[in-house]
Amino acid sequence: METEPKKEKKEKVPRQKMPEQAPQERIANFNEVPLGYSPETAILEAKRCIQCKKPGCIEGCPVDVRIPEFIKRIAEGDFLGAARKLKETNGLPAVCGRVCPQEDQCEKFCILGKKGEPVAIGRLERFAADYERDTNQVVVPEKPAPNGKKIAVVGAGPSGLTIAGDLVKLGYEVTIFEALHKAGGVLVYGIPEFRLPKAIVEAEVDYLRGLGVKIVLNALVGRIKTVDELFEEGYDAVYLAVGAGAPVFMNIPGENLNGIYSANEYLTRSNLMKAYRFPEYDTPIVRGKNVAVVGGGNVAMDSVRTALRLGADNAYIIYRRSETEMPARIEEVHHAREEGVQFKLLTNPVEYLGDKDGWVTGIRCLRMELGEPDASGRRSPVPVVGSEFVIDVDTVVVAVGTMANPIVPSTTPGLETNRWGYIVTKGESGETTRKGVYAGGDIVTGSATVILAMGAGRKAAQAIDAYLSGKK
Amino acid sequence: MYAVVAAKQLSEAVFRMDILAPEIARKRKAGQFVILKIDEKGERIPLTIVDSDPVRGTITIIYQVVGKTTAAMSALKEGDAFQDVQGPLGNPTEIEVFGHAVCVGGGVGVGVIYPITKALKEKGNRVTSIIGARTKDLIILESEMRAASDELVVCTDDGSYGFNGFVSAVLQQIIDRGEKIDHVFAIGPVPMMRVIANLTRPYAIPTTVSLNPIMVDATGMCGACRVEVGGKTKFTCVDGPEFDGHQVNFDLLASRLRMYCEEEKQSYEKHRCGWNGN
Repeated sequence: METEPKKEKKEKVPRQKMPEQAPQERIANFNEVPLGYSPETAILEAKRCIQCKKPGCIEGCPVDVRIPEFIKRIAEGDFLGAARKLKETNGLPAVCGRVCPQEDQCEKFCILGKKGEPVAIGRLERFAADYERDTNQVVVPEKPAPNGKKIAVVGAGPSGLTIAGDLVKLGYEVTIFEALHKAGGVLVYGIPEFRLPKAIVEAEVDYLRGLGVKIVLNALVGRIKTVDELFEEGYDAVYLAVGAGAPVFMNIPGENLNGIYSANEYLTRSNLMKAYRFPEYDTPIVRGKNVAVVGGGNVAMDSVRTALRLGADNAYIIYRRSETEMPARIEEVHHAREEGVQFKLLTNPVEYLGDKDGWVTGIRCLRMELGEPDASGRRSPVPVVGSEFVIDVDTVVVAVGTMANPIVPSTTPGLETNRWGYIVTKGESGETTRKGVYAGGDIVTGSATVILAMGAGRKAAQAIDAYLSGKK
Repeated sequence: MYAVVAAKQLSEAVFRMDILAPEIARKRKAGQFVILKIDEKGERIPLTIVDSDPVRGTITIIYQVVGKTTAAMSALKEGDAFQDVQGPLGNPTEIEVFGHAVCVGGGVGVGVIYPITKALKEKGNRVTSIIGARTKDLIILESEMRAASDELVVCTDDGSYGFNGFVSAVLQQIIDRGEKIDHVFAIGPVPMMRVIANLTRPYAIPTTVSLNPIMVDATGMCGACRVEVGGKTKFTCVDGPEFDGHQVNFDLLASRLRMYCEEEKQSYEKHRCGWNGN
């Protein structure tokens, strides 16, 4: 590459930094941390893209965003064109530009990353989507002629929203049934405002409504109606995108003491119910001074950073492996550390201690060392004998994962699930063991990322279309 | 929006409300509940569905004013509306032919036990009911419970009406006179359910209780409503709300119900100040 002077010249422009709220300032508010590129910075960054003929970045994208094409438009100053190019394959670009693990997807395959730093694809995606929305230039595409077929989507999270958008654009009548009082799934209950402002999710949901998608809130399928009843009501196919919502606890003594939350509850109270604005909003949350979050994923980082913003003096991550094995995005770990989160690595809780009123006061922990890799490929933690110690806390958030929610599978005869309760599908189509029933997202894969759930929605949309239009 | 179709004060702090929610009204079964959210800033609170009218499309709830949300609800009139009503939630009561069933209800718990009593009676059980409250004015649903039971005993702690004493004393009398009891349903304040469960345990009378822990999403997602039953953690919203009373850890339930005492006070005070125009 060095022999080609043109490309070498482009390499000289460094990857553009994302302006951010300063750590000391941001831990006192819930406003978004990264502030977004200015148009000038976006153009500068977009011009770094060398427009590869065989772009690896697209292969790294679960929803096949035409990455070089949208970036080219930004480089030319055609920001709206970029946004619309994005939306051809990605219904939620403002969301993905914020929460996708780009370093493991598109950016990982960027040729510039081989010798230097990859193009900031995620930041550019966010910029284009924000530009279109902030300048009120979102255009709802013309609706196709209805094809007379009805689809029920269960769950208004990333996967459900994506498939709804894709199918409605093909002429289907799409209704989403959402159990909560707000659409968005994990985007509204799980991911904090400082990482994904709720106004953005609302804008994306409104866009879908504009496309003609019907969203029925407060409707828990499995209780208000079963999958069988949806077919009786005349739906031609059902897509199950109910997520892996059930929280996992470690089943150690004292885990039900007051002050101990699942990450789902902690984040739902704070994000969906706006407990951080209590008592203006009615839902309370414990504002601990010494808060420990158990786990090392993105959800753990979201929880611990929430704890800081709720006023914790000490906010700890307790993780049983080392930082190398942490599943959280590097950027999130970095943000947490900048904000003063204390990492208690190679540490595993074995018991919660409480006071006479039933409140948690401490966590008895063991130090760990790393042994051989386990099934997940990460090195297994092994307890160090006699290493017990206590961390004083008044609040704990357990963020060690989730499992399948049982409500839909248990009320849908003939729907096969695996030993962990996840719905079994045939390949990438999302086809389940029940005719006309498709599934995707976390209820199939277990907890994964927003973009993978969206990818599953896209593939299932194609499969359902093929099934209902007799192409199969 | 879910319109309030009728609102009525039953006693000093207990209110009854019919809310328009046609799909829930058609679908709900005894033992199930709804989550209500009054407005954008409101908290999600669970309340049992006491009754429903599938023709009119209404569900009935009964609640006691204990905090900000219930106080705000008590101010709602016919024509006002809830922003959100989610349901029916939880597993329906398993209504079997037990033979002789005894339904014990305390305070607003009578509202919860009433649909179960009715369903047990309709199924062909002989039903004895015991309902109680602190004082006469706090007794609710007496005529409805009488209609749904073969026999009804009303108790008041202060003796102002009916039997002078606790519901447990009446249950003990029934047991003492040698009457066979095949199943007990006990719903009311935690101390009452604990006493009843402790009373029936030595006689090995199967005893079902309905638990009312703090909940948030009520779909099995958040784990706020976890309780300990038979030494295992259960989520009341998906595993319950009814459990074997002999297996429930009532101490833990009582403790977890106190988790937000301070915040509830703060919220209620702020709300009351709002009423006074402050």
